Amino acid sequence: MAKKTQNQRPETVLEIKGLSVTLPEGADREFAIQDISFTVGKGEIVCVVGESGSGKSVTAHTVMGLIPRKDLTPVAGQALLNGEDLLVKSEAELRELRGERMAMIFQEPMTALNPVMKVGDQIGEMLEIHTSMSASERAARVLEVMADVNLPDPKKLFDTYPHQLSGGQRQRIMIAMALALEPGLLIADEPTTALDVTTQAQILDLIKDIQERHGTGVLFITHDFGVVAEIADHVVVMQHGLVVEQGPAAQILGKPSHPYTQMLISSVPSLVPPERPEREVRETALQVHDLDKTYDDGGFLKKGRQVKAAQGVELVIHRGETLGVVGESGSGKSTVARCIVRLIDPTGGEVMISGQNIAGLAENALRPYRRDVQIVFQDPYRSLNPRRTVGQSIVEGPMNFGLSHHEALERARELMRVVGLAPDALDRFPHQFSGGQRQRICIARALAMEPKVLIADEAVSALDVSVQAQVLQLLDDVRQRYDLAMLFITHDLRVAAQVCDRIMVMQNGVVVEQGLTSKVYANPSHSYTEALLGAAPGRNTEFAKLA
Amino acid sequence: MLGYVIRRVLATIPVMVIVAAFVFLMLRLSPGDPASVIAGDYATAEDIARIREQLGLNEPILVQFTKWIAGLAQGDLGTSIFTNLPVTTLIAQRIEPTIMLTLTTIIFTVLVAVPLGTIAAWKAGSWIDRAVMVFSVAGFSVPVFVLGYILIYVISIQLQWLPVQGYRSMFEHGVGPFLRHIIMPTVTLSVIFIALIARMTRASVMEVLQEDYVRTARAKGQSEMKVLLSHALRNAAVPIVTVIGIGIALLIGGVVVTESVYNIPGLGRLVLDAVLARDYPIIQGLILFFSFIYILINLVIDLSYTLFDPRIRY
Repeated sequence: MAKKTQNQRPETVLEIKGLSVTLPEGADREFAIQDISFTVGKGEIVCVVGESGSGKSVTAHTVMGLIPRKDLTPVAGQALLNGEDLLVKSEAELRELRGERMAMIFQEPMTALNPVMKVGDQIGEMLEIHTSMSASERAARVLEVMADVNLPDPKKLFDTYPHQLSGGQRQRIMIAMALALEPGLLIADEPTTALDVTTQAQILDLIKDIQERHGTGVLFITHDFGVVAEIADHVVVMQHGLVVEQGPAAQILGKPSHPYTQMLISSVPSLVPPERPEREVRETALQVHDLDKTYDDGGFLKKGRQVKAAQGVELVIHRGETLGVVGESGSGKSTVARCIVRLIDPTGGEVMISGQNIAGLAENALRPYRRDVQIVFQDPYRSLNPRRTVGQSIVEGPMNFGLSHHEALERARELMRVVGLAPDALDRFPHQFSGGQRQRICIARALAMEPKVLIADEAVSALDVSVQAQVLQLLDDVRQRYDLAMLFITHDLRVAAQVCDRIMVMQNGVVVEQGLTSKVYANPSHSYTEALLGAAPGRNTEFAKLA
Repeated sequence: MLGYVIRRVLATIPVMVIVAAFVFLMLRLSPGDPASVIAGDYATAEDIARIREQLGLNEPILVQFTKWIAGLAQGDLGTSIFTNLPVTTLIAQRIEPTIMLTLTTIIFTVLVAVPLGTIAAWKAGSWIDRAVMVFSVAGFSVPVFVLGYILIYVISIQLQWLPVQGYRSMFEHGVGPFLRHIIMPTVTLSVIFIALIARMTRASVMEVLQEDYVRTARAKGQSEMKVLLSHALRNAAVPIVTVIGIGIALLIGGVVVTESVYNIPGLGRLVLDAVLARDYPIIQGLILFFSFIYILINLVIDLSYTLFDPRIRY
């Protein structure tokens, strides 16, 4: 079977043969990757898929020779680039190959580019290292590759710095840099994960287009099956450092044979909202009227620039209901959430909670209302104090509102059970939990305040897809159990489709569309909503479902 | 940018007025009759009356303050009680050695500390790194005067390589004698700042070496040397420059001691002499002068950020 697919595949650029890399002593397992084998052919896109800790990035970095060898040591196997084993090359030989024969692009183009160097020079550096071109030849070639990745007005962009460009433009610069010497192998490590969905679609198109035109072999690392469905020719699935399954994309996505692959694929939320019974209109939990937030960076003797982060936002959430807010970065969705919780002060409008407008309340008067609205943030690693036990984090809020330590602890125990964790884990510190468990703890902490409204601000975005499904289920459970009104903020249209009764689409601080989820997805009335839905990766693929 | 500079310069005015008021009150609020304090234990009644007259202490305090500020606005820092020379003249006479010592110290410090810190960061955990850190702790701990006398004893007296003390102007005596006299004071004064700046450079470069763009540079096949110089160091520059700025301000204290140890006729000596003689107008003038220099250095440092980081715009 493997033999057969091998025969149909093009000439090999990269061959990984029985590669094993050890983790430093004291890690939770011996091998970062163990006995993995796969090939990348000329003009082929091979997607390595897996959740965090699967070893997919270690694989990519080992090929590039960018792993710290004293921590991660290749102990067996080969990584053959056009037949030459990269693992036996000296550091100097590897430097020669990097950029020239194999190049890499990274997840976060903002941090992957040097912030104090002009982007044209950063691309030119590649030529400076590997060729004997003169400065003017280099500049000409840089403009050529910049045009090749469809950057508008390369001459003008040549002299800009990364922070002056958009996320998509930065990633195009990275791609231009990687392609400057036309390497045979391009390694892309989650290159679209940090990008907005419409930008992601453009970058995926670009990578596909370049690979077709130049015949580049692409090793594409991702955790997103939507992306896999868009671009992969061949898929390699990894778990805990092992390759559990590989094969042509259609086969893996349509008929996965390994249980882990099946689980991963069936965890991908569908873009089609499920049938939801019409809810009776219940009591209003939160009402926002004409909310404005304007940032003004003016100051002493200085006229400021105004940024309208949110403008005229209207929303209502009833008890027991989930309202989704979707939009790309900078759309104002988090601004709205922060104004409602009063982490930032709105510049205008009303936020009605329990019959009180809290938009302009002074801190003292606001305090009793604080407990009514709680928020769960995106990154559970950073939203828990690392020096406090999770128990201390959970009881702090209720104790501020008059509960005794004993009562608060009792409630914390109860909530740990609710979120599916052992109550005796309260004495442990956040680093002793996994990402999904930490997010459960954050939810428990929010619930400890007995809120009426729970805001989930990208609460599942940082989680692996299988964990994401569990946390979404938990959020839905607690919503029912405590009759909560939930404001669910996300950039992920798949997730929104599954959990939201109604949905609100934001762009540039303005709500452009609002309605029942099923109606908005089936018949978007605003062109921006249409564009968002049209850019969702894998929208034309039916993912296999577990029987 | 120009608007920012103008705003910053305007903002120094209230700061200088506050410093001036503080300096003015320093003399008036000291216990007892300032004139008799200044005159010392063996002064006659006439001496005290003369000093009181000279300082204008007989007038109402607001009048005194107005006159003092009006004088300052015209660049008049007052007149020394004992030499009867204008304070501005005294500062002008003594400023050259101090400026030269400060410049050589900054140059020497940066030339030594930045490479040391960078290498320590690059080889973090190695023996080089540890050696730099040990030096850094030791450098902080040794008082300037102790180090100064040790250097004099070993290099000047035992080995007789360099003159014991004194100062030769580069403009009158030429570069050779100038350097021979300035080397030891410079080294003495630099050690503590090398320790400080090497530490800061190490921390800053270590942080930058973890950044994604350093990995990108390596992925391009860039050599380690270039990775350090053209990617890491420039990104690490802003905190380093900030500390160099603070260092220059702290230098003022070190200059007083160093100039005394090596008998250099600079502003540091002027401060010391004035304090010992209770020559208040000189002390006041120097405090104002140093405050002004400090504010100026801060402005220059803030402006220099734009050279290192294009994201900073004023």
